[in-house]
Amino acid sequence: MILFEHVTKLYASQTRPALDDVSLEIERGEFVFLVGPSGSGKSTLLRLILREENTSNGQVWVLGKELGRLSNWKIPALRRQIGTVFQDFRLLPNKTVFENVAFALEVIGKPSSHIKKVVPEVLEVVGLAGKEGRRPDELSGGEQQRVAIARAFVNRPLLLIADEPTGNLDPGTSVGIMKLLDRINRLGTTVLMSTHDAAIVDQMRRRVVELEGGHIVRDQDRGVYGYAR
Amino acid sequence: MRANFVMGEVGNGLRRNLTMTLAVIITVAVSLGLFGVSLLVRSQVSTMQDFWYDKVEVSIFLCSKGSDTASCSGGEVTTAQRDQIEADLESLRPLVSEIYYESKAEAYTRFTEQFANSPIVDNVTENALPESFRVKLSDPTQYEVVASAFAGRPGVEQVNDQRQILDKFFRLLGGLQLIALIIALTMLVVTVLLIVNTMRVAAFSRRRETSIMRLVGASNFYIQLPFLLEAAIAAGLGALIAIGGLVLTKVVVIDGILAPSFQFTAFVGWDAVIGIAPILLLTGVALAGIAAFLTLRKYLRV
Ligand SMILES: Nc1ncnc2c1ncn2[C@@H]1O[C@H](COP(=O)(O)OP(=O)(O)OP(=O)(O)O)[C@@H](O)[C@H]1O
Ligand SMILES: [Mg+2]
Repeated sequence: MILFEHVTKLYASQTRPALDDVSLEIERGEFVFLVGPSGSGKSTLLRLILREENTSNGQVWVLGKELGRLSNWKIPALRRQIGTVFQDFRLLPNKTVFENVAFALEVIGKPSSHIKKVVPEVLEVVGLAGKEGRRPDELSGGEQQRVAIARAFVNRPLLLIADEPTGNLDPGTSVGIMKLLDRINRLGTTVLMSTHDAAIVDQMRRRVVELEGGHIVRDQDRGVYGYAR
Repeated sequence: MRANFVMGEVGNGLRRNLTMTLAVIITVAVSLGLFGVSLLVRSQVSTMQDFWYDKVEVSIFLCSKGSDTASCSGGEVTTAQRDQIEADLESLRPLVSEIYYESKAEAYTRFTEQFANSPIVDNVTENALPESFRVKLSDPTQYEVVASAFAGRPGVEQVNDQRQILDKFFRLLGGLQLIALIIALTMLVVTVLLIVNTMRVAAFSRRRETSIMRLVGASNFYIQLPFLLEAAIAAGLGALIAIGGLVLTKVVVIDGILAPSFQFTAFVGWDAVIGIAPILLLTGVALAGIAAFLTLRKYLRV
């Protein structure tokens, strides 16, 4: 599903690489936490998977494709198979819940009959049935993140990338979001999620990959957040 | 491809940036209008050149009694000289396309007709006017060939080319047309810059949408199309207004004012307007295209 081979990423403006000789393999169906202190390279690793950045060295394979050799016009096709969720939700404030989710389908040219069918389904999955007509500012943070997850999941992607999805939420709400991500994982989608939330990681007991200064310092099945290295 | 979704985005974009959209439409209209007028002037100049050069002739005035140029020191032109000149003119065919001999009597008749209402006629006798050969050239620019062959030869008082007078006039018109064209081209550059800026603002005001579109895997085409269409529609509207202005110029200024007041010359016809209109439309679309090329590459990449 995802394979990093000796990947180094050096941003043009930096002297120290954000990722330094990282090798990592994630299998289909896995649920993986990406942890580590601020600036350790978690977001960079996720951006490389989305081909928002290119590697400076090494190869990244996603869904059977080597991204360095992927021509620009094929990137959209790659991203259609990957759902993305962020700390800041990234919803459109002037669109309703339904429209926000539908937007992701409209812009990839899906017919409106398809949209009318699948959007209510996915809103049901994330627990937002009955709130289709609300705007983001009429929702709690947790509900907004559910909209974002619905948008990421509406295409039934093979892979879901979440960069600190609970970073803006209180612990109680975070648990709800984690249950949702867990459910999505059980529906067959591989989930890769970066987080600073120790409680969640400790509770879920899934695979944990820890980064520090651009290096993988720990890769543990059924790990916890702050395990001694 | 979902046409109504794209058109909805375009409509939103145009409305959201209404003032900028208007600015683009007006600037495109003005710069293309000026461009159109300068093309119209060029076509007018060539219409007038065709009209006048067709009429101009080279006149070879022959010596008469009172002539005092050096070549006339032998007095009035002799029959032999006149026949020789005519024979030499004949030998210059096909450059010389028409030769017409005007006698003193004919010159006098023409003169009295031209100045029928003027007292000058009373002071002029038939003998005061020179006889002449009126020559039309198949290629009026080859005037020098005729001038060098006849000027200064005994019996010829003067060789006169009407075209040279017209040339000065047309050079002036050509200069004015060039200035108008330069101003128009400058305006077109300004217009491109304005469209670039407008698209940049539009891209900025929609950066949330485009960043989400990128994430969910919308193609470049889908992301950029609304911007392209917005620019193309605004530029197209501007071009249509410019074409309207051109038609108005033809109807009001040329047919309404100039043509009735200056009946001695020809003016551009509708064929010129019809020829220029598509140029304006294409230029308008090209402006939007250039601007889009400059903007989208930089601000709206995948
Ligand atoms: N676009 C960029 N240009 C230059 N340097 C960057 C860029 N993005 C990140 N960096 C640098 O790369 C390093 C890793 O950043 P990254 O965002 O991957 O960390 P992170 O683990 O996600 O941190 P956080 O937990 O705070 O989100 C940092 O030193 C950061 O300054
Ligand atoms: Mg980060």
